[in-house]
Amino acid sequence: MSTAAPAAHAAPKPSTGDRLRKIVQARETGIILAFLVVLAVTTAINPSFLFSKDGWRDLFLTPSILVVLAVGQAIVIITRNVDLSVGSILGLVAYATGRLFVDTGLPVPVVLLLAVLLGVVLGLVNGVLVAFAKVPALVITLGTLYIYRGIMMSWAGSDRINASDIPRDLLSFGTSSILGIPSLAWISFLVLGIGAYVMGRTRGGREMYAIGSDPDAATLYGLKKTKRTLLAFAASGGLAGLAGVLYVARYGTISSGAGLGIEFEAVGAAVIGGVAIFGGSGTLFGAAVGAYLLMTINRGLPILGIQDFWQRAVVGILIIAAIVLDKVLRERQHKKLLAERDAA
Amino acid sequence: MTTATTRRRGLGRFVPAVAAALGLSLVLTACGGSDDEGGSGDGGSGDLSVTFLPKNLGNPYFDASSTGGKAAVEEFGGTFKEVGPSEATPDSQVSYINTLTQQGTGAIAISANDPKAIGDALQEARDAGTKVVTFDSDTDPEYRDLFVSQADAKGIASKQVELIAKAIGDQGKIAILSASANATNQNEWIKLMEEELKANHPNIELVETVYGDDDDQTSFDKTAALLQKHSDLKGIVSPTTVGIAAAARYLSDSQYKGKVALTGLGTPDQMREYVKNGTVGSFALWSPEDLGYLTAFAAKALIEGEIEGKEGDKFEAGKLGEYTVGENGVVVLGEPLEFNKDNIDDFNF
Amino acid sequence: MTSLIHPSDSETKQVARTYRDHQRPLWQRILFSRDVAVWAALVVVYLYASATVPFFDRPITITYLLLDVAPILLIALPMTLVIITGEIDLSVASTVALASVSFGVLYDKGTPILVAALAALLVGVVCGAFNGFLVTTVGLPSLAVTIGTLALYRGIAVGLLGTTAVTDFPDTWTDWARGRIGESDIPSIMIPFAVLAILFIVLLHFTAFGRGVYAIGLNEGAARFSGIRVERTKLLLFVLTGVVSALAGIYYTLRYGSARGDNANGMELQVIAAVLLGGVSIFGGRGALPGVIAGVLLIGAIGSALRLADQTADVINIVTGLLLVVSVVGSSVLGWVSSKRRRRGGPGAQSSATSPGTSAPGVPQSDTDTPVGEREREDR
Repeated sequence: MSTAAPAAHAAPKPSTGDRLRKIVQARETGIILAFLVVLAVTTAINPSFLFSKDGWRDLFLTPSILVVLAVGQAIVIITRNVDLSVGSILGLVAYATGRLFVDTGLPVPVVLLLAVLLGVVLGLVNGVLVAFAKVPALVITLGTLYIYRGIMMSWAGSDRINASDIPRDLLSFGTSSILGIPSLAWISFLVLGIGAYVMGRTRGGREMYAIGSDPDAATLYGLKKTKRTLLAFAASGGLAGLAGVLYVARYGTISSGAGLGIEFEAVGAAVIGGVAIFGGSGTLFGAAVGAYLLMTINRGLPILGIQDFWQRAVVGILIIAAIVLDKVLRERQHKKLLAERDAA
Repeated sequence: MTTATTRRRGLGRFVPAVAAALGLSLVLTACGGSDDEGGSGDGGSGDLSVTFLPKNLGNPYFDASSTGGKAAVEEFGGTFKEVGPSEATPDSQVSYINTLTQQGTGAIAISANDPKAIGDALQEARDAGTKVVTFDSDTDPEYRDLFVSQADAKGIASKQVELIAKAIGDQGKIAILSASANATNQNEWIKLMEEELKANHPNIELVETVYGDDDDQTSFDKTAALLQKHSDLKGIVSPTTVGIAAAARYLSDSQYKGKVALTGLGTPDQMREYVKNGTVGSFALWSPEDLGYLTAFAAKALIEGEIEGKEGDKFEAGKLGEYTVGENGVVVLGEPLEFNKDNIDDFNF
Repeated sequence: MTSLIHPSDSETKQVARTYRDHQRPLWQRILFSRDVAVWAALVVVYLYASATVPFFDRPITITYLLLDVAPILLIALPMTLVIITGEIDLSVASTVALASVSFGVLYDKGTPILVAALAALLVGVVCGAFNGFLVTTVGLPSLAVTIGTLALYRGIAVGLLGTTAVTDFPDTWTDWARGRIGESDIPSIMIPFAVLAILFIVLLHFTAFGRGVYAIGLNEGAARFSGIRVERTKLLLFVLTGVVSALAGIYYTLRYGSARGDNANGMELQVIAAVLLGGVSIFGGRGALPGVIAGVLLIGAIGSALRLADQTADVINIVTGLLLVVSVVGSSVLGWVSSKRRRRGGPGAQSSATSPGTSAPGVPQSDTDTPVGEREREDR
């Protein structure tokens, strides 16, 4: 696992690096291919799936919130943690955003900034509990999943936020397009770009891979594990907060069910996209493609004539197929490396 | 040394659990205080405590019905309470019914998440002397004393068919965006709508029914998928307040605005914007406040023994006047109202 | 899961842990165990709520409480064993739904109800075996596998029934599921639960198989070398979880008289929260069934008390979450404090290797003062 981890960049020998890069690429190429196949088949059956103004828009718009969540989730998973509270953070931040609009006259950018900050704080709570109390992230974030959702529900009560409470600018931004691609999708691309740069090219990002790949070795090597864990959770919380803002912009109405259960989709997207659940390997780009694949399949199934009740079953099969594929690839790679060593 | 560390270790495990218990005690103390003032706990019938138990909390439709119920209960001098689960599932409703049975409330006014699953719990409540009135969504008749219906199912179904037929010129393809796949009301209405379409509107074809689970996001996404799949769709009927609002929001900034007709059941507050900007021509609904108001008065009549829920029983419902219990213990509120841009500003719920 | 999330168990620390439990007299080991703490918390909550919350002290409270938590109690039994081996099963609630739907659909099609029930149990076996196959034979992480099957089994359940719910089960069956034992306040479902609880307690705490379960959780490699059939044990545990979940699904269907695809939605989190609250370590190797049973009852009692105190679902959510976090973090922090204190106090390197102190649940065991032990604890 640790061998598969730091993709091409951190590999010691260039020859091994090339090989690794090929495999990593193969992993993501596979998902992109699957995505294109789904797109092609549904479009062949119903051309408006792709070749209509709304079809084109929804292709990018529908996954954009999940892409933001999946990027955050991937960062956390790469450090060998998991964040199950993202759905609750999304809901709480979305409601807080709505309340700020209703109760205060603050300008839109200030509200959005505060909202993302709230997400960062909620994420840091997870991070502090995980990093300092040394408790598994699965347990902590399972607890905060309940807590954050409970806080949101008791705060919201039955006062939900309606579209008419949200500034018109923000709502029209939520459905607007720039250069034919929805604004929300541009934001998700931006998040992905920055995230991918940080994780792939900066020292901090590479350290996160190292920590997730082999925590003991990373600590022995002198990496600041606590700091990186905190940062990973802060990033995941902040991105979940951003997703909450995007949710407000897109849907306008915020009920107590906002973001309910989306944590499993975020983990699913990351896993389908080749981020290994036990850390140290995978890319944010893969997680984003995973999100696209998941949402496009969701939208495509009815067109393929499969009743929408079966969507969850298909998602389940995809997740299992993805991890089985990962396993097979990893074993093949392992054998290759062994063969290489024996030959040498 | 050994004993000292041992004890410390024991405490290490023991203290957190006890601390958690103590923390809980504090929460309970805070709650216990508020309950004493409620005074709803005398147990027997004859006390005019009416508890509303909607499908779930945080739903504007049920907020309105509870507002009406509260007004009625205050009018006749009873005690009003509202409890409910956060998600619309029958099992969580059962826990609340059981709790109310223990507390011995005078009457439960409930909108059922499942016609059968909550029946046994309601029966136990009735055995303990609590009256049960269902409203909005019924259980099987044997489990309740009365059902206060928002309008009879046939009237609701034919009203919606009438509205969509008017909107699309009585021909073309339509689809239905419903609530959850198990929703009792919606499924009955859809069945009746299908019959009505077949009998009186042969040129309208119902191509598909999709389920938005009474969730904004799901309904929104399902609307998008629907329009994409059927490029020649003429209209959508959404017999649920959440669904129609989400569909309207999608349509209002899509290329289909004004081309695909939308109607169904919605609240004026949620739909006002879309009626005014031309996305929606007209839609229907009864007044949920009146529904809650009538339900509360029906509960009062039952508690006081004025009626038993038999066909032909009559009772007074404050400002709404006199009502008569119909077949199977059903009280019908009245015809649904039709909202359009001429009258929508007269309503506020 | 240990092996995957936490694959770098060092072997030295395991040795220390095995001895430690036997350093003290038996009565101390029992009295200061996490199990007793959870039971004590349950008693405190029960007494306190009886005194302050109106109507809580009635016997009927216990009846409703037990009826409500019965499915969680049932599933928590095998789940405890699964988590002790270091794995996890998130698909249990979906298995409940799939068994419930299979039971309903078959009965609806005219299958005799007993046959339908057996078929539903078989569905549980298949669900569990599929999880177990992917985890043991294919060698995938159980967390990822069961997130996948959580969606898959639920998807099939919802897909099979679609818009309908099967109701109309025979009264003799539904009455039994809702009924009580004789004139008592104890629901009938507690009889099969008691039988299963005894079986599982014997299996886990008094057989070689049970010791194998702990051994796998403590150190899978060492367990394998000492002759424990790791794969077979895990597979069996997943199958047991599946079949008990299916049993809970049948009970659920009969109690509510309704087979629906959305039955027991989200219950997996309640089960896991209860098991962890009951003192089972998510890293595996630690925990006991009596504590888990108390954990389930504790969460149930708190929910019941809060509902009777007119609190809404959100407060119950917050309290459940806080309880989980506080119980895990609390023991972890105390463990850390006492280990600091101990280290400052004694240069006795020998004693620290075997001394009690940091064995708080949820914390990877670090019994030595070597850097290895210290690093170990920083894992999640």
